[in-house]
Amino acid sequence: MADIRCDFVGIKSPNPFWLASAPPTDKEYNVVRAFKAGWGGVVWKTLGEDPPVVNVSSRYGALSYHGMRMVGFNNIELISDRPLEVNLREIKQVKRDWPDRAMIVSLMVPCEEENWKNILARVEETECDGVELNFGCPHGMSERGMGSAVGQVPEYIEMVTRWCKKYTRMPVIVKLTPNVTNILGPARAAKAGGADAVSLINTINSICTVDLDVMAPTPTVDGKGTHGGYCGPAVKPIALNMVAEIARDPQCAGMPISGIGGVETWRDAAEFMALGAGSVQVCTAAMHYGFKIVEDMKDGLANWMDEKGYATLDDFRGAAVPNVTDWQYLNINSEIVARIDQDKCIKCGLCHIACEDTSHQAIAAERVNGERHYEVIDAECVGCNLCMHACPVDGCITMVKVDNGKPYLNWKEDPRNPQNMKAAE
Amino acid sequence: MGVQQQQTGQETMSDQADIRAGRLPAAAYDANFSDVKPPLDPARAVIEANRCYFCYDAPCQEACPTGIDIPSFIKKIATDNLKGSARVILEENIMGGSCARVCPVEILCEEACVRNTQESKPVRIGMLQRRATDWLMENGRQPFERAAATGKRVAVVGGGPAGIACAHRLAVLGHDVVIYEARDKLGGLNEYGIAAYKLPDGFAQKEVDFILEIGGIEARTGQALGRDFTLSQLRGEYDAVFLGLGHAGVNLLGLEGDDWQGVESAVSYIEKLRQAEDLSALPIGRRVVVIGGGNTAIDMAVQAKRLGAEDVTLVYRRGPAEMSATDHEQDFAQINGVRIRHWARPVRLIGRDGQVREVEFEYTQLDEDGRLMGTGDRFTLLVDQLFTAIGQKFVPDPLKENERDVLEIANGRIAVNDEGQTSLPDVWAGGDCTPGEDLTVAAVQDGKIAALSIDRHLSK
Ligand SMILES: Cc1cc2nc3c(=O)[nH]c(=O)nc-3n(C[C@H](O)[C@H](O)[C@H](O)COP(=O)(O)OP(=O)(O)OC[C@H]3O[C@@H](n4cnc5c(N)ncnc54)[C@H](O)[C@@H]3O)c2cc1C
Ligand SMILES: Cc1cc2nc3c(=O)[nH]c(=O)nc-3n(C[C@H](O)[C@H](O)[C@H](O)COP(=O)(O)O)c2cc1C
Ligand code: SF4
Repeated sequence: MADIRCDFVGIKSPNPFWLASAPPTDKEYNVVRAFKAGWGGVVWKTLGEDPPVVNVSSRYGALSYHGMRMVGFNNIELISDRPLEVNLREIKQVKRDWPDRAMIVSLMVPCEEENWKNILARVEETECDGVELNFGCPHGMSERGMGSAVGQVPEYIEMVTRWCKKYTRMPVIVKLTPNVTNILGPARAAKAGGADAVSLINTINSICTVDLDVMAPTPTVDGKGTHGGYCGPAVKPIALNMVAEIARDPQCAGMPISGIGGVETWRDAAEFMALGAGSVQVCTAAMHYGFKIVEDMKDGLANWMDEKGYATLDDFRGAAVPNVTDWQYLNINSEIVARIDQDKCIKCGLCHIACEDTSHQAIAAERVNGERHYEVIDAECVGCNLCMHACPVDGCITMVKVDNGKPYLNWKEDPRNPQNMKAAE
Repeated sequence: MGVQQQQTGQETMSDQADIRAGRLPAAAYDANFSDVKPPLDPARAVIEANRCYFCYDAPCQEACPTGIDIPSFIKKIATDNLKGSARVILEENIMGGSCARVCPVEILCEEACVRNTQESKPVRIGMLQRRATDWLMENGRQPFERAAATGKRVAVVGGGPAGIACAHRLAVLGHDVVIYEARDKLGGLNEYGIAAYKLPDGFAQKEVDFILEIGGIEARTGQALGRDFTLSQLRGEYDAVFLGLGHAGVNLLGLEGDDWQGVESAVSYIEKLRQAEDLSALPIGRRVVVIGGGNTAIDMAVQAKRLGAEDVTLVYRRGPAEMSATDHEQDFAQINGVRIRHWARPVRLIGRDGQVREVEFEYTQLDEDGRLMGTGDRFTLLVDQLFTAIGQKFVPDPLKENERDVLEIANGRIAVNDEGQTSLPDVWAGGDCTPGEDLTVAAVQDGKIAALSIDRHLSK
């Protein structure tokens, strides 16, 4: 059986599945239930200074798709609304009772050195394993100059990270907001400030739905709504890209990453890890299904690793990073075309209409002996994959490589590139 | 949906046939004759609607005799646009509500659904159609506007699905319509023939009222062609005539005793059942035999069982594959406790005092040329009541006088072209009185096609 123990910046946990800082990690009661269910660690719900924040009633919005609930999820909650003292006491107790689990404490205080110094001293007393700096929350706290208001300014990130490194010997993980145009700015700043690691993504600015009767965004608080933080399965592609960008950035090279955003299954986790994540954090999936989902995450990951011959997480961590490149380095001579497995085809015609109406008119709709028949016109197919994605039957449409005998050629070298034409003149 | 039963008296061979009412406790009738397929609740309907792939050139649409744009109406259910959904259905099939309940979807749209190939479980198109049409009938009006009046007048004879569909479409197109219906109520077999548990709670009349909301349709009930007026009168008075007469006749066994007490055609008994105010007052035999292999035979047998008949046997002269009742209907009969016996035909009725008491059957088989023949072996069933369901037929009598000679009849039905036009240029016909499948949905399509054809001719 594969070994899925995780060592992230020296923080050890029996598996790489941590609960992200959020309601599931807001109190001892929840966290103990999570540990009983088998979670490897938690990032405690973000602590701030007393007096605690006050939350509104009506807090979550959700996006359903074709009957699937919570494909996307958003919230307008603030940080922990319980007294600091209570949280610290509980953290200490839980860490004592569950020494093998990762216990990281998320923090957010005003952007002053003293404030960070004070809270770090108190957190250290809990004997937790590390801290995570919440520079991500995109709503509420940002209006008070915290959260993403810090995370969007690389200079602030670097400054606060440096303070934290100065005042604690605990590992410092900087949690990044995706509400930026280029994630490398904040990531490099964290590194420059001495961060031990980054974690990402926090939630994305969003309005989940609009209530067309009330004429207000949801969640609606007494007739009004505000933008909230978006998460859940829908954000995974965005998170994966940001993780990959950092993993392959020479300036960030070697900086550990805790991957967050839409992780619901072992496969999601494996994808984050293949792009360089050392651990993953989960929020929405747990809020949707409860803590039991971790069981299959662990089991599925280990089974997959066995199948692939990976003995430890290190064996495949980052394995996909070298294959993430810029568009200009893709092989422009590589060709694929769609193939329809006629035995699997159920005759829904979706491949045809997708290609016919919106793409390359490369799938012919015919009747053969009165039966519907869909056939790829190789000469028209550009290998875009649309039909394969639209087809409801797994494995019915595959993309096959065309052996055109042409060598690797990228855009930089391509004679059709106007820049090369200029050079040739 | 189990059939509520009660044990009746012990097996005695009395002289009197045991045909009586009130075999069941009062509450059992309600249970046995309520909606056989209760509707999908709104949440389930959305889940089911989301199973539809929104196929291109959808096979289900092609399989629907009225050509409803099924993917579109299902998508609209998924987006909570029930009004739009119902309109898509009713545009092609104004009786979408009853068709949702009575269509043998397992051999129509649902048989064609691509989900069958993928997972042997089609999208439940019929149930979704019901969801949308029920919603509109509860929350709105029939959704069509009449075009500007054309000043043309059309007579529709027969107020069944064919006639009503034709009348509605003509009214939409701006023509004025008079429906002549021999019976007291419109609806045809929706009102008088379809199994009671398929169209409970007076649905047939509700639907007729809903359809007639369009306006421009006058219904004259109790008016029979051939008795109260003639075709030539109509032709003189109207710009066009549509005949949707259905079947007036039933095939007889052709055995001595056909007219004894206790022998009745299934169609006539079901008509009484459908019109009964109180089913507990409707007499039914203790031992019932039904002869036939179509849906009428199944409906008769199941309804007899549900009225409390103790022992119901359906006898068909060929095998299960040859029955015109679908597999689904055959299973349904068996679930309801009907015994089905294949490969036997009635050869003799045995009666006492003008009352049928036994039926003698001969086993059958196919000869080398595939023709049906008796084997010579026989068996006898005791019977209190015998129902025949061996086919209905069109009776051209109402067309007598001189018209009969002109209006061409082919294979016992009114001959029509692709547009439903008869040999008389101003007379159209459709539904069961013309060739084609005897299904509600097919009758609706015939009526619609004829209306469009009439409109084209009148606008010339
Ligand atoms: C017992 C039974 C069960 C059935 N079950 C199903 C089912 O489950 N699903 C399904 O799809 N189909 C079913 N059918 C078939 C379906 O009911 C018919 O195909 C459909 O009703 C045909 O419609 P129509 O308008 O042609 O004829 P009808 O419905 O028969 O209507 C004809 C109308 O014309 C009237 N009429 C007749 N002669 C005259 C006259 N001389 N003057 C004036 N009016 C006249 C009649 O009173 C009647 O109202 C069933 C049929 C029967 C008999
Ligand atoms: C209700 C809710 C509250 C959250 N509160 C916090 C928080 O206090 N601190 C924080 O760093 N992130 C917070 N998050 C963000 C999550 O930790 C996580 O980064 C994000 O939800 C993406 O992961 P997911 O897709 O698994 O949910 C919150 C998310 C939710 C849904
Ligand atoms: S065949 Fe089935 S899946 Fe395709 S459009 Fe029709 S109902 Fe939908």
